[in-house]
Amino acid sequence: MSATTMSATGAMHARRRSLHRQRAWALWGSYAALAVFVLMFLVPPLYTIATSLKTSAEIGAETGSPWYPHHPTLANFWYLITYPNFQRYYLNSVIVTVLTVAISMVIAVLAAFSLARMGFFGSKMLSTGVFLTYLIPPSLLFLPLFQIMGWVHLINSYWCLVLLYPTLAVPFCTWIMIGYFSSIPKELDEAALIDGAGYLQMLWRIFIPVAMPGIIAATIFAFTVSWGSFLYPLAYLYTSNQMVLTVGIVSDLIRGDVFEWGRIMAANLLASLPPILIYAFLMDYYVAGLTAGATKG
Amino acid sequence: MADGTSVPANVIVGGAPALRRTGSLKLLGKRRSTVAFLMCLPLILMIATLVIYPAFYAIYLSMLNKKMTQFVGLGNFAFLLKRNTFQLVIFQSCLFAITAVIAKAVLGFIMAHLMHNIPGKTQRIWRGLLLVPWVIPLAMSTLTWWWMFDPSYSAFNWVLNQFGIASVPWLGVGWIARICTITVNVWYGTPFFMIMYLAALKSVPEQLYEAAAIDGASTIQKLFFVTLPMMRNIISITVLFSLIVTFADFDIVRILTSGGPQDMTHIFATYAFQIGIQSGDIPLGAADSLFMFPILAIAAFVILRGVNRRTREIAA
Repeated sequence: MSATTMSATGAMHARRRSLHRQRAWALWGSYAALAVFVLMFLVPPLYTIATSLKTSAEIGAETGSPWYPHHPTLANFWYLITYPNFQRYYLNSVIVTVLTVAISMVIAVLAAFSLARMGFFGSKMLSTGVFLTYLIPPSLLFLPLFQIMGWVHLINSYWCLVLLYPTLAVPFCTWIMIGYFSSIPKELDEAALIDGAGYLQMLWRIFIPVAMPGIIAATIFAFTVSWGSFLYPLAYLYTSNQMVLTVGIVSDLIRGDVFEWGRIMAANLLASLPPILIYAFLMDYYVAGLTAGATKG
Repeated sequence: MADGTSVPANVIVGGAPALRRTGSLKLLGKRRSTVAFLMCLPLILMIATLVIYPAFYAIYLSMLNKKMTQFVGLGNFAFLLKRNTFQLVIFQSCLFAITAVIAKAVLGFIMAHLMHNIPGKTQRIWRGLLLVPWVIPLAMSTLTWWWMFDPSYSAFNWVLNQFGIASVPWLGVGWIARICTITVNVWYGTPFFMIMYLAALKSVPEQLYEAAAIDGASTIQKLFFVTLPMMRNIISITVLFSLIVTFADFDIVRILTSGGPQDMTHIFATYAFQIGIQSGDIPLGAADSLFMFPILAIAAFVILRGVNRRTREIAA
């Protein structure tokens, strides 16, 4: 009797140990596989950094490994920082992005509050419409918009981007905000109404502070859209005083067949820096907003 | 706003006769919906003037001739369909979107599972590293890929040469260029799938796995009978959403190949850009863009159904 119990506990121990070992293996296997993936996915950014530290002469010599700079230098960055055109692109990008984010957030927050909490005739339909608008890609309508921007004399002016980018950003921002606003308990606004708050006050004093994670996520989305878009500026802007970073780098630093790869990669890094910084600090908010947008709706 | 607040105060504190009460409630409701409508007005105006109007205008535009002086009906569509290049565009768009989405979905699924295996603290760092491709503006990272695909002194060819393999003209030969554009898209889009799936994996209740384990389910059985059914909805939403975005992609092909060699990598968006903006035939370009619409509409319809079902599940 006691012998069988002994062997049973022994077997259980052995089993637990093997389970433990299995789990450890699974953990280390996962780490190893993830490391391979990370390495593969980080090759282009690392190569960007390596190239940005090379001189044109080193790239032109075409000798030795291209994977690391043999004589690292910051000359490319210095060239760009003091290059008036590049300063112009950067400034234009910042202006367009700041305005886009501000306009988008005002439109989206007002609409989301109204759609999530107040409602009016046809507001259900409007919510659906907003979601469908989010699914319209910029490449579907850029040609009719080219004509329309021509009528209002905004071709080759970055103001057309300020006008058009919100159409790309607002639908998803509204969608995220509807989700966050709906999750706020109804008792809170009843209490506010009884205390004599108006709707705008309620929005400003209660909803926006409580839904701050959503606001941050929506702001990051608007920023991403506006900072990285390529099609609209490429189609609508053609002089360098109006261009933004994405198209400026492509069209200014590539002249004919001469590729200043070191400078292009340095510009690439400088242009990618703001998004990377923002994501480094606020990634969790954005991921939460994004996944909530798809999972909660 | 101030006068709007006096009404509920009446209703609650006043204890007025029933008739007056319903009357003021109705008034309150009316005022409330007016305010609500006004708050939505910027959104409505924006969508109406910059989305709905251009959409209808696109249809009209696509039925004009190049100088936009004459109505040609469906002539542009017929012209495009007969054109050999455009048939290539249709084929390449479908190939590009379907292959890339399948690859992204599978890779993202594997990565999400690996990520799910490791503990939370370190998970954040790994997730951050893997999200880098998706964070860098696509136009910028595609420039790097272009440089890496450079035929003479490129990153990849140097490695191949070290192993004694001849240089590959990455973007110079049709099918290789096609694979290159798809690769860049997969590189860019996989992190998105990963975070969506990771969120879905985390929402699968642990008890289901325990129950399956007690019933003696193997890892593969758990995957097929617990994980996949629980994630079905999110997988379909993510896949369809990515299908739309990939199908309508512009940046990668435009920067890497501009549609070449021999128009073999053109997809709808880049082809529309070439004929609409570069050759100045806006109506023909608009017609080309509109070919995307049916596929987008079907995907959008299915996504919407999935999202609504999901919302109901959460509400229930």
